[in-house]
Amino acid sequence: MQNKVLYSVTGIFQTPDSIKHAAKSIADAGYKRYDINTPYPVHGIPKAMGMTISKLGYFTLVFGLSGIALALGFTWIITNIIYPLVQGGKPFFALPPFIPITFEVTVLLSSCGTVIIMLLLYFKFPNNSHPLHDTNYMKKVSSDKYGAYIMADDPNFDQSKVRSLLESLGAIDIEDIYYDEETVSLRPKVFEPKFLGFLLVAILITAGATYFTLNKLLFMPPFDWMSFQSRVNAQSLSTFFPDKHGMRMPPSGTIARGFMPFPYEGDPDKAGKMLVNPMTNTQENIEQGRKQYDIFCSPCHDWHGTGNSRLRGQFPNPPSLHSQKVRNWSDGMIYYIITMGQNTMPSYAYQVSREDRWAIILYVRTLQRAMNAKPEDIK
Amino acid sequence: MSTQEFQVNYEKKGLPSTWLRNGLIFLVLGIGLSAAAYFIEPQRALINGVVAYMFVFGCGIASLFLIALEYIVGAVWSVPFRRISEFLAALLFIAPVLALPAFFNFHQVFHWSAPEAASDAILKAKAPYLNVSFFVIRFIGIFIISWLFYFFIIRNSRKQDVSREQFLTKRNITLSGAFIPVFAILISIMSLDWLMSLEPHWFSTIFCVYYFAGSLLAAIAALTFIVVSLNERGYLIKGLTEDHYYSLGGLMFAFTNFWAYIAFSQFLLIWYANLPEENFWFINRMNDTWSYISVGLIVLKFVMPYALLASQPSKMNPGRLKLAAFWILGAQYYDLFWLAIPNYYKTGPALHWTDFGFPLLAIGVIMTVFCIVARGKNLVPIGDPKLKRSMDFHL
Ligand code: HEC
Repeated sequence: MQNKVLYSVTGIFQTPDSIKHAAKSIADAGYKRYDINTPYPVHGIPKAMGMTISKLGYFTLVFGLSGIALALGFTWIITNIIYPLVQGGKPFFALPPFIPITFEVTVLLSSCGTVIIMLLLYFKFPNNSHPLHDTNYMKKVSSDKYGAYIMADDPNFDQSKVRSLLESLGAIDIEDIYYDEETVSLRPKVFEPKFLGFLLVAILITAGATYFTLNKLLFMPPFDWMSFQSRVNAQSLSTFFPDKHGMRMPPSGTIARGFMPFPYEGDPDKAGKMLVNPMTNTQENIEQGRKQYDIFCSPCHDWHGTGNSRLRGQFPNPPSLHSQKVRNWSDGMIYYIITMGQNTMPSYAYQVSREDRWAIILYVRTLQRAMNAKPEDIK
Repeated sequence: MSTQEFQVNYEKKGLPSTWLRNGLIFLVLGIGLSAAAYFIEPQRALINGVVAYMFVFGCGIASLFLIALEYIVGAVWSVPFRRISEFLAALLFIAPVLALPAFFNFHQVFHWSAPEAASDAILKAKAPYLNVSFFVIRFIGIFIISWLFYFFIIRNSRKQDVSREQFLTKRNITLSGAFIPVFAILISIMSLDWLMSLEPHWFSTIFCVYYFAGSLLAAIAALTFIVVSLNERGYLIKGLTEDHYYSLGGLMFAFTNFWAYIAFSQFLLIWYANLPEENFWFINRMNDTWSYISVGLIVLKFVMPYALLASQPSKMNPGRLKLAAFWILGAQYYDLFWLAIPNYYKTGPALHWTDFGFPLLAIGVIMTVFCIVARGKNLVPIGDPKLKRSMDFHL
């Protein structure tokens, strides 16, 4: 028994009632560092031990809140700053589609975080040595007996007093448990090189498998079978229709809801002369124009119309909208360009409604005026 | 089976005398205020009446569902509370009375029945379902079917207090199995007819689930409120533990989340697809002061109950449980109000003073019916074979 350190004094009890009574008496005797072991959950033990509700819930709360912050922050940065791209004509950062993601990240972080914290703090993971392992005591309390032990580091600990307390409570098989400090450690081992190395390997394997799955595996048969379906893809040939067009033309004479004729095709000058902006220059309309401009025009023309595009050279930069030429153009002329496109700039007639197009023009005019402010504007 | 006799620690007492009195006060106040509302703002009062009706009907039929659920899943912990739900299910008998004013002013409430609807292509296509005679048949059918189930299930349960026969439980399990699918259909039709058809051009495939979620939440909240109040004063069986309270609180918490999940699912899909035939319903509720009411709904029906019930101790604390239950009942009424009124009052102030008599009426009806039905009966199913086990219930 030399070199060995006293860990605890253990006692075995025969019935659930006696262990409940023992738990209560040990707590009443003022011991703090003790524990109860039972082969199955016995109701009422935590209460008898005077345990309050676990603090683990606060970790869950913190992890949950970080999950919310992480998911919202991530989606916000992606959609608003890194890739502000048009998605179905919605605002860049629209909350509703990100709620499910936020919900999932919150649940994921709070549940995984809680389990990991529980392992680390309560079970001293990855330290899985324990002085009680492989003792007779542990074998009994994991089959058909109930046990209580009081640890030697309890401030009130006194070996003989503890023994007599357990005896008076009706314990049988009272034992002193010693452990060898060299083989059994009570300290956490999170920062041991072995464990860190294991973590690193686990991370590498997960990352590698993810990379392989997303970039290679999904493009191999049979995992790519989803891409080959017996439907007609947009823009593709159809063997079914005699004209071989996969996409169908509407019957001739069909007009869209709210259709308005646009008889100026190929004649921008006439459009510039004939068309007048039906929207008045109110703050509300300009705001509507700003929203639509930011969504549909700003990727190429920049937030302020300078032509400094966000597309990083993947598309030719457009000219500035502040040139004398554009400023002299009538609203109808700009309307014509949005509707018909101009050289490399495509038509936006199908994406931006008529009203929004006029609102955009109000906003472009506002930008132009702001960029070329005269002294009397600053008042 | 053990032959040992289980001593039921329950002493039969009448309900607290103030309950019926308070119920009647609410009822009289509610009737007075809502009658005044019918004279001052007849159209608005009619719709408010529909809200009160749907609130009471939902509490009643969802209580019957809770009873069936207990039987069908063999739940043990809830046995001492079943009687309370049984009394609440009796609301099914008073509910049709609340619906009467709408029947006498049918065209004003249900615009699809007005003669102008005949020239509306969409309403014409819906006419095989949305026509007055079929509507009335459905209404009567729903009540007759649910009364029948109420009658048989409750009779068996009450008989057991005296006879202590186990086969009565078995019989009720069979009845409950039959009731649950029927219930799904009944509550769906009722919510379709009386809430969704108020805006007959609109449709949402999840709407019935939405009403179900809210109604079940209200039934659980009403149950919790009554159980905690009665138990605090010793009217129920002795020996109910924190674990029983915890389960009630847990159910309220779970269904608060369920409601939020369903409500958000409905909103997200409509928002995303942005189809004009669906989105106008939400747009109406985002205009003017309705936008505040809509945001209020999220706070009142999700955020607040969530915060009130999130922690473990709060689900065992009687005061907190009563507060949360009362709050949820209020929020359910608010929700139904939000579903119905904006269909008629799209702009202008969202609230009107005549709105406030109707929740009083609904509470008065619930309290009065509860007290009258419970009079002279055991508040606990003392003959239920599961009662002993339910008193040993531990989480
Ligand atoms: C895909 C990128 C892209 C988008 C998006 C885009 N444009 Fe352009 N725009 C261009 C390019 C490139 C040009 C120059 C075309 C040319 O070579 O004449 C141009 C030209 C113009 C011109 C004429 C400028 C001039 O000096 O000739 C106007 C006006 C204009 N765009 C307005 C708009 C408006 C308004 C929108 C939003 C509805 C918009 N553009 C969206 C790329 C874009």
